[in-house]
Amino acid sequence: MGYHFDFAALLPYWRDFAMGILLTLQLSAVSTVLGFVLGTLCAIGRSDGTRLIRTSLAIYIEVIRNTPLLVQIFLVYFGIATLGIHVSANMAAVTALVVNVVAYTSEIMRAGLESIHKSQLEAADCLGLSRAQIYWHVILRPAIERVYPALTSQYVLLMLASSITSQISAEELTAVANRIQSDTFRSFETYIIVGILYILLSFVVRIAFWAFGQGLFVRRRKLGTPL
Amino acid sequence: MGTFSSTHFLFLAVAALWTVALTAIAFIGGGLAGFAVALARISGNRILRGIAIVYIQIIQGTPLLILLFLIYFGVAVIGFKTVPALLAAGVGLTVYSSGFLAEIWRGCIQAVPKTQWEAAECLALTRWQRMTRVILPQALRMATAPTVGFLVQIVKNTSLASVVGFVELAQAGKLINNSIFEPFTIFIVVAGFYFAICYPLSLWSRSLERKLNVSHR
Repeated sequence: MGYHFDFAALLPYWRDFAMGILLTLQLSAVSTVLGFVLGTLCAIGRSDGTRLIRTSLAIYIEVIRNTPLLVQIFLVYFGIATLGIHVSANMAAVTALVVNVVAYTSEIMRAGLESIHKSQLEAADCLGLSRAQIYWHVILRPAIERVYPALTSQYVLLMLASSITSQISAEELTAVANRIQSDTFRSFETYIIVGILYILLSFVVRIAFWAFGQGLFVRRRKLGTPL
Repeated sequence: MGTFSSTHFLFLAVAALWTVALTAIAFIGGGLAGFAVALARISGNRILRGIAIVYIQIIQGTPLLILLFLIYFGVAVIGFKTVPALLAAGVGLTVYSSGFLAEIWRGCIQAVPKTQWEAAECLALTRWQRMTRVILPQALRMATAPTVGFLVQIVKNTSLASVVGFVELAQAGKLINNSIFEPFTIFIVVAGFYFAICYPLSLWSRSLERKLNVSHR
């Protein structure tokens, strides 16, 4: 084993690493927010929509969940280009990530919606709550609280999966690493650093979700028990 | 410039076989390693347990893409001059699968009620006997559905093996696209192949889940 490790060669690139981290976080944040909102709407559509809506959503979800993200990214990036519309790599990356994560979110949220007992709805109805009120207070909020751990894991996976967008040269952390290693020929060191950065990022995302959950779910914070 | 022809389709079909082969390698290798890690994760030895926890955290906290690069360039560091793509991809996916399967199976083993352990102990079974005769058979029942579910993840993740130069389905699609540039047709066919492999597995996993729930009620 005559390999000589040289991490110092990577020091001048700290600014590039930082930019990569920033874009990774931006990609993940935008996809998480959009994915959550649209995914929740899809879950509602799947349980309450007309038959046509239900079937098309089911097909969409199955197709997305049974094909690789990489192929979805290629389809979006190259596919949109053939339509004659020019989109940046970052835009294509966000689109593909959102299309992907909506399907997963929707499945998780559906489990949450199904966990709400029917008697809850009847009780809410008896109290004279409007349809919107029932949806928000009786169905959605408890449902989100129940599946919150599953959502957290899904969005951490999303952050890690955003590395795949480096394949269409969206300049996030992995793409930055690919560039730096070809500049410095310090491939192994570069990927060790980036691996550690991703582990740290996944901790940060988990902590952020935990803190957000503590703020959001008052009952859990005060009683300390799961719903 | 040509158009998408049956030759291209055949090329993709062969590449699909490589995807299946790579999945098999990753699943078998990852299964064996993952089982060992799962046992280490619940062992009485604190050091062993600590190592397993760190291993799982590292695997689950890094993207597969980075793992693949690390192994690809890491093998060169150890001293091998050239790395066969199949080896790099196989090892990378094996390591990845082991981290996730270990955590899935640990959950299943720990979901076996504690009373089963105690009863087995009262029957004077050794720890090994308790494990193989009492706990694992019950854990296995719970583990099948999520394991098949994870198999779908492995199939999809083999698409990343292209980054270390392995020509599987996604890479084959990219190669064809580079020569004829018909991305819509090509990648929809590629997606179709993946769907044909994954969807039956998804359905199987779901039916296993349902069966298990029925027997529990």
